Amino acid sequence: MDLSSINPVLLIASLMVSATPILLAAIGEMVVEKSGVLNLGVEGMMITGAVVGFAIAVNTGSPGWGFVAAALAGAALSLAFGVLTQFLLSNQVATGLGLTLVGLGLSSLIGKPYEGLKTPTLPKAEIPLLSDLPVFGKMLFSHDIMVYVSLILVAAVWAFLKYTRAGLILRAVGESHDSAHALGYKVTRIRMAAILFGGACAGLGGAYLSLVRVPQWTEGMTAGAGWIALAIVVFASWRAGRVLVGAYLFGGVTVLQLNLQAAGADVPVALLSASPYLITIIVLVIISARGAHAAPASLGRSFHASH
Amino acid sequence: MKRRTLLASAAIALSLGTAAFAQEEITAGFIYIGPPGDGGWTYEHDQARQKMEAHFEGKVKTVYQENVPESADAERAITQMALGGADIIFTTSFGYMDPTLAVAEKFPNVKFEHATGYKRADNVSTYSARFYEGRAVQGHIAGKMTKTNKIGYIASVPIPEVIRGINSAYLHAKKVNPDVEFSIIWLYTWFDPAKEADAARALIENGADVILQHTDSTAPQAAAQEAGNVITFGQASDMAEYAPLPRVSSIIDNWTPYYIDRVQAVLDGTWTSTDTWDGISTGMVGIGEITDAVPADVKAEALALKDAMAAGEYHPFTGPINKQDGSVWLAEGEVADDGSLAGMNFYVEGITAEVPN
Repeated sequence: MDLSSINPVLLIASLMVSATPILLAAIGEMVVEKSGVLNLGVEGMMITGAVVGFAIAVNTGSPGWGFVAAALAGAALSLAFGVLTQFLLSNQVATGLGLTLVGLGLSSLIGKPYEGLKTPTLPKAEIPLLSDLPVFGKMLFSHDIMVYVSLILVAAVWAFLKYTRAGLILRAVGESHDSAHALGYKVTRIRMAAILFGGACAGLGGAYLSLVRVPQWTEGMTAGAGWIALAIVVFASWRAGRVLVGAYLFGGVTVLQLNLQAAGADVPVALLSASPYLITIIVLVIISARGAHAAPASLGRSFHASH
Repeated sequence: MKRRTLLASAAIALSLGTAAFAQEEITAGFIYIGPPGDGGWTYEHDQARQKMEAHFEGKVKTVYQENVPESADAERAITQMALGGADIIFTTSFGYMDPTLAVAEKFPNVKFEHATGYKRADNVSTYSARFYEGRAVQGHIAGKMTKTNKIGYIASVPIPEVIRGINSAYLHAKKVNPDVEFSIIWLYTWFDPAKEADAARALIENGADVILQHTDSTAPQAAAQEAGNVITFGQASDMAEYAPLPRVSSIIDNWTPYYIDRVQAVLDGTWTSTDTWDGISTGMVGIGEITDAVPADVKAEALALKDAMAAGEYHPFTGPINKQDGSVWLAEGEVADDGSLAGMNFYVEGITAEVPN
């Protein structure tokens, strides 16, 4: 077996691209779940973000506006979920699943005129000095801006939940909405904000697929990425750092196994093909084996001040 | 009492109504593996469905369900369609084979048509196209045009149809370029644009400058275009939006005449279980326009190859051909029979990878 044709620099560079959509969607969903809301509509919001981002990028010629529009579209869809579950107290699981169906249908409707079109893609943001470094420059510091945005977002979410008062309140709402309410916090309002954030992140993740990773619009193109993001949140036991590990592992092993196949590695293909799922789950279960890793106590439960 | 009479007469009226229409109106159902907007495999089936419906000018109603997984879900979806009153159901992916037969047993009066499979019953026909003829043309162009001598192949699911395509493309690339090597990636899915694009990228990063795909979306085309200096071929559909580069030609599936024939047979009451396997000669397999990115002499050779297959003068699997392990498969001048092609589960000599099982 000759693996010399695999270039580690290109491999790391493409795994970052491959992991970014799932990372964006997962970090958003993690915040939503931390506030005690289970939104199973990630797939629907992602694909809506993918099509809206693509459409706006094509029409304005600017992928930047595409991403903005995708975030807004994802948030708009999640707003519907928020109103139904937080004000009308509908079942979160059913509403989330419904949201996915709506998103898939809506996106194929919006996307019809955009099939086969090409989009301007995001330019690589060369970071001064760093991108000139040998090896690491091309590997880590020559990506498009959204790769860095996603990483900054993870760091920001981590710091927000761990160090800020607002983050503490959000977690309190997720652990016990009754206590948080008794302390005078606006449970519904806080949850709505988290839901909108999650929707915007899912929209960005979807747009990253249609504007950078593929880059084109194809009906149904998320093909389950939203569900992977949901699973990663759970296996990462609701921790930002572990979500990052999970998403990069999944993206990384996916790209690695494709490269191993391309290089003709002497490993059964069926095993390689299953490896992203197996390795991500095993690693996340091992690192979550110790310490607290319970779901937010109020996850999925409806709240009404009168109860 | 009164209400019951009312219901009864309504029921009679209803049954009379359907009886009166039964001769004129039939429903044709379609089960799709992906969305009609995939730009490839499902797109062509859906185009053929629409053209067939238009051809019958209101006599035939069509229904379809998209994104049906090749699992227990397929049986549920096909049953649903049969219960919904479909008279003929086209199941358009290899993995629907057993589900189609299982449902067909429960609905003996409904006709079933399974694409790319090999199991039939009294009310189950099979139909497929000789895509390997198109692969021969692709292999020829690919072998002539590669500069790195590395050809990437994005394969979907290890079934005979896909393996046949790889072998056909390899044999014809090797014939014109003895140094050619194939890198094959199996995705275990027919449709996942992100993964398809990743696979194309991985192949290109490993040195391939020609990408052949046997998956359903146009994502590999987009990835190749981004990379530059890579040529691709449209799969199942023309994918002309990526012409003249990276897409230099394509295999186009044209199901329309077949769908019209089969639905007409149901209308006429002459439908019987058949096995159809047509190629370039009948037009079921089309070769999309070869763009100017291909040198004129290569284009002429490719077209001559196509014409020879259309005329029945040349078969892509003509001996001498050895199996991967070196044993003789076809002796000098021997032509592969349909039975051994239908069950092909080995690579030909020269391909270094192993067939996944």
